[in-house]
Amino acid sequence: MAVRRLAPKEVQPASFAFSADNLAWANMVIERYPSGRQQSAVIPLLWRAQEQEGGWLTEAAIRYVADMLGMPYIRALEVATFYTQFQLSPVGKKAHVQVCGTTPCRLRGAGDLIEVCQHRIHHDQFALSADGDFSWEEVECQGACVNAPMVMIWKDTYEDLTVESFEKVLDGFASGNPPKPGPQNGRHFSAPLGGPTTLMDYRGEGVPHAVKEPVLADAEAKKPGEAANTTERPSPKPPADDATRKGGA
Amino acid sequence: MLDDRDRIFKNLYGYEDWGLAGARRRGAWDGTKAIIDKGRDWIVGEMKASGLRGRGGAGFPTGLKWSFMPKESTDGRPSYLVVNADESEPGTCKDREIMRHDPHLLVEGCLLASFAMGAQAAYIYVRGEFIREREHLQAAIDQAYEAKLIGKDNVHGWPFDLYVHHGAGAYICGEETALLESLEGKKGQPRLKPPFPANVGLYGCPTTVNNVESIAVAPDILRRGAAWFAGIGRPNNVGTKLFCISGHVERPCNVEEAMGITFRELVETHCGGIRGGWDNLLAVIPGGSSVPLVPAHEIADAYMDFDTLRGLKSGLGTAAVIVMDKSTDIVRAIARISYFYKHESCGQCTPCREGTGWMWRVLTRMADGRAHKREIDMLLDVTTRVEGHTICALGDAAAWPVQGLIRHFRHEIERRIDEFSRNANIDDVGILDPVAQAAE
Repeated sequence: MAVRRLAPKEVQPASFAFSADNLAWANMVIERYPSGRQQSAVIPLLWRAQEQEGGWLTEAAIRYVADMLGMPYIRALEVATFYTQFQLSPVGKKAHVQVCGTTPCRLRGAGDLIEVCQHRIHHDQFALSADGDFSWEEVECQGACVNAPMVMIWKDTYEDLTVESFEKVLDGFASGNPPKPGPQNGRHFSAPLGGPTTLMDYRGEGVPHAVKEPVLADAEAKKPGEAANTTERPSPKPPADDATRKGGA
Repeated sequence: MLDDRDRIFKNLYGYEDWGLAGARRRGAWDGTKAIIDKGRDWIVGEMKASGLRGRGGAGFPTGLKWSFMPKESTDGRPSYLVVNADESEPGTCKDREIMRHDPHLLVEGCLLASFAMGAQAAYIYVRGEFIREREHLQAAIDQAYEAKLIGKDNVHGWPFDLYVHHGAGAYICGEETALLESLEGKKGQPRLKPPFPANVGLYGCPTTVNNVESIAVAPDILRRGAAWFAGIGRPNNVGTKLFCISGHVERPCNVEEAMGITFRELVETHCGGIRGGWDNLLAVIPGGSSVPLVPAHEIADAYMDFDTLRGLKSGLGTAAVIVMDKSTDIVRAIARISYFYKHESCGQCTPCREGTGWMWRVLTRMADGRAHKREIDMLLDVTTRVEGHTICALGDAAAWPVQGLIRHFRHEIERRIDEFSRNANIDDVGILDPVAQAAE
């Protein structure tokens, strides 16, 4: 268990309300669940509230979501403090760096990445850097173990890092030009470095509609100030459309 | 090596289109209607005959699990399928590839599985951190709705709705009843069983919870026949499996291979061997952090399947193979796993809530050698008091890695204790000097 408490009163804003877009989105989410079970939507709604508030979850937002779903405040507070992806205090404006520190990443050098964070951002996790632009935390396994070590910043993962390439990623966020997400050593997703050993006929060559670019990498990395998930749409565009749009633009 | 023709996840590495057109070209959604026309009993029978064992870690036969669902609702309660995509086991990153690169296999599998168990709605619970993966999955579902492959009025004649739900970072939500609690909008604390989810699950209705990989392989098994799947691998451990090989190999990767491939062949063929050669191999955690480690000489030529690894007092788990070479600080590596379980314990059962933290603190001291030798046996004793005394298996999962460490590396812990006491002076051992303390 981790002890997690709400941020002190001084930093909490007085009130919270969903923007019109987010309100429409929230009502769409609530409809996914059977009538009388709208409480199921609490995690997606809290997450969206966290995005709207710039990456952290305020007490006012928790109470707002609880009211919206007809839940007692304590039930919503329980959820917000139980799930560790909810940030309960303010995070860096340009990047909140989540460094995976679990054993598979440690074996491949996650400890060095944490040292970089301690030097560049702050000695302690969850503390804001001097300019308020960055913060970091050590998180448990993020599910990219064959691409270790890795960090997650907003909604993107930066994988196969070394101290040098991690510094470059941080430089990118500092200057407002985040690098392409995914492996930072030229590797193709989770295929072995240097090319796959299997599925040679499924390399997207000679197939007319195949997506030549790695599908995740064509998406833009998060811009500073944006929180995770802000581009998540109820109906994302199909991949074929992405490819053509890219060619046309 | 498994032939490419026998691989199910043909876009594992994401070179091709993951959308509907690409999935169709690779064979998805082919003859789905014909499979449904053969009926529920045929599907469940075929899944049983295929010998597929659940890919989430426990290895429970999938077809059998499906057959537990009520044939028809006698009391008006609907049935639900819930897909467990809360992949958080350290070392495991296979479901991620399915969701972002071959999501249609999962969508099709959800339709077939739901039909086989009489469910007209299914939820896929994706871990909160998989944001891009969730976007891909949602896009694939939208495509399937648009093409009328799923939905109230679809071409397959089985009204079916599919929803994506997500968590927000809690390993425990991978436990099936904790997942259901979380899906209901509560803290993810596991429920006591019985009643089992097949009787009282999501919203109090009959529910089956399956792993992503178990569901995503179902359409291909039903298309190609149970005999094809059962013919791959070794008896009672059949079919193909996604292996995630991480740690100290030359080229870590995900790969789909036949069950029962030897560890040596797996690493040599796909990962370029062990870093520094086979003599440099120290130990392997063969199935995600929950299973005990296996030392080099036992694992090197072992078959990677459920029964062989159980024979080595470990397990296949999720087939997340964590390789550690001789540069590894093995005590610290396992102590970090203990920290993981301390962090992820939901706090419901006392043995786990207190025991995980206790084990982590003792192991941290042992990593430095700051311990007594008699504490090794005490630690082992505590692990047995956590194991089996909690509502869910997280207590077991926290205890097993520690037991594995003591079973195979007791000499290493003892060596550190000896070394530390040889070099120690009174300031290092943590005995507080009352004078100095008062001065602070």
